[in-house]
Amino acid sequence: MIKLEHVYILTGLMFAVFAVGRALDRKGPRRWSSTAFWGTYAVSFLAGSHLPDLANGIILIVLVVLAARGLAPAPNSVPIAARRAAAKSNGNRLFVPALAIPIVVLLGTLFAKYLRIGAVPLIDPAYATLISLACAVLVALALGYGLLRVPPLSPLHEGRRLMEAVGWAAVLPQTLASLGALFAAAGVGRVIGQLVTNAIPMTSGLVAVIAYTVGMALFTMIMGNAFAAFPVMTAGIGLPLIVVRFGGDPVIMSALGMLSGFCGTLMTPMAANFNIVPAALLELPDRNSVIKVQIPTALAQFVAITALMAVCVYGA
Amino acid sequence: MLVLSGIAIVILGFALRLNPLVVVGVAGFVTGIAGGLSPTGVIETFGRAFAENRYVGIVWLVLPVIGLLERAGLRERVQALISAMRVVTTARVLLSYLLLRQITAALGLNALFGQAQMVRPLIAPMAEAAEERLGPIETATRMEIRAYAAATDNIGLFFGEDAFVAIGSVLLMKGFLEQSGYVVTPVSLARWAIPPAIFAFLIHGTRLLLLGRRLKRARMAVS
Repeated sequence: MIKLEHVYILTGLMFAVFAVGRALDRKGPRRWSSTAFWGTYAVSFLAGSHLPDLANGIILIVLVVLAARGLAPAPNSVPIAARRAAAKSNGNRLFVPALAIPIVVLLGTLFAKYLRIGAVPLIDPAYATLISLACAVLVALALGYGLLRVPPLSPLHEGRRLMEAVGWAAVLPQTLASLGALFAAAGVGRVIGQLVTNAIPMTSGLVAVIAYTVGMALFTMIMGNAFAAFPVMTAGIGLPLIVVRFGGDPVIMSALGMLSGFCGTLMTPMAANFNIVPAALLELPDRNSVIKVQIPTALAQFVAITALMAVCVYGA
Repeated sequence: MLVLSGIAIVILGFALRLNPLVVVGVAGFVTGIAGGLSPTGVIETFGRAFAENRYVGIVWLVLPVIGLLERAGLRERVQALISAMRVVTTARVLLSYLLLRQITAALGLNALFGQAQMVRPLIAPMAEAAEERLGPIETATRMEIRAYAAATDNIGLFFGEDAFVAIGSVLLMKGFLEQSGYVVTPVSLARWAIPPAIFAFLIHGTRLLLLGRRLKRARMAVS
């Protein structure tokens, strides 16, 4: 059976190759810091499942320290003239590998559960999408080599260039998710829930709705994740006030409450994989520029969702 | 109350534009200590969570393919194709992608598209090329179009996925309500994600049309 662990090993090997590539690339400053950074991240993927928690924690500390010291800038891209010439000779075949990725992910997600060797599923059904993504990458690489004229090492060189353009931001989403675990262990959610419920006089159903959706959005902005905010705000305000005291509908409250949290996700750098990483990936000079574009949509959407809840939750 | 000091560090650190990775590391350490963990306990909790969340990093596997395709001229090919299509504008590219992202996410296919595999190699170059077809564009404009492309992906995902019954957040809500004594079906929860999905399309769609109009006005001012 193909498991998530196999995908981790593949990812680790990729980062190991990037680290070697950085070590061999003599151009640019801070070559060894970057080599150590990608090499350490590779170790996390390759060995993380077998290492004790303390060792994994030390890996994270090493990554943070190296990031703080600064990493090497990404190497320059191939001159545009060379890419134009390649575009001309490769033509529309370029789209085959590009579109193969979503197609293989789609097929894997839909049909993985039917692929079996005897009684054992070929792909671990719990992680069908992630494993399909890894398979899709391999399929697309094979198609790319088969159909296109490119220098043979370009996936490694160009892949490393893109990775170095993203830089330490690559590790940020995972680190933030770990911060969430520490917040949970320290009981941060419970304390915030108490603060909100004590601070606002809940005299009417409308006030309770507004307190709930605002609380969802704000707490999501702090945690970077609506999933962390939902249990806290729903146990603190949603169920005791909107449902029990004012007789609201728990389904409407939850569904719209979660979505008001999503509005918060669009407005916070803590949701790094949605907001900070794309800015790095698209090589935007201002890492907050995606958030800035999202804020007006998120605020308007938040008002619309809150209004919908206020109108519908107590029975229209 | 002391456990909230980590949150204060995060807010302050982001406001001062310090390296977020360092800010998050320090905030986690302070929160853990304030919550009564030993220093080793903090490092262990951090490390365990970091290893458990490695699946977040799997998306980087896409980069070698994107690199190969870009070296083989994907962006330039997109530009050449788009410049021959007169009906294609930046606003229309992004509007179509918004709709496509919302619908596929609502069908449970939220991993089908995304920032690394779709926005960087295809959607952002298409949106840029549609504007570039009409004349040279400034770097600031190019960056704004890219930021809109990334934002459109997020908004389409967030306000599509909850209309699917088996998505994580719907199952989380169902599980939490059940624990609290309210038995509900995922279908009833997912149904209430549909009106917000329509709101999101109208709100962000309007903003994309306004972006198109703003780009047009900027062009007029230059020429």
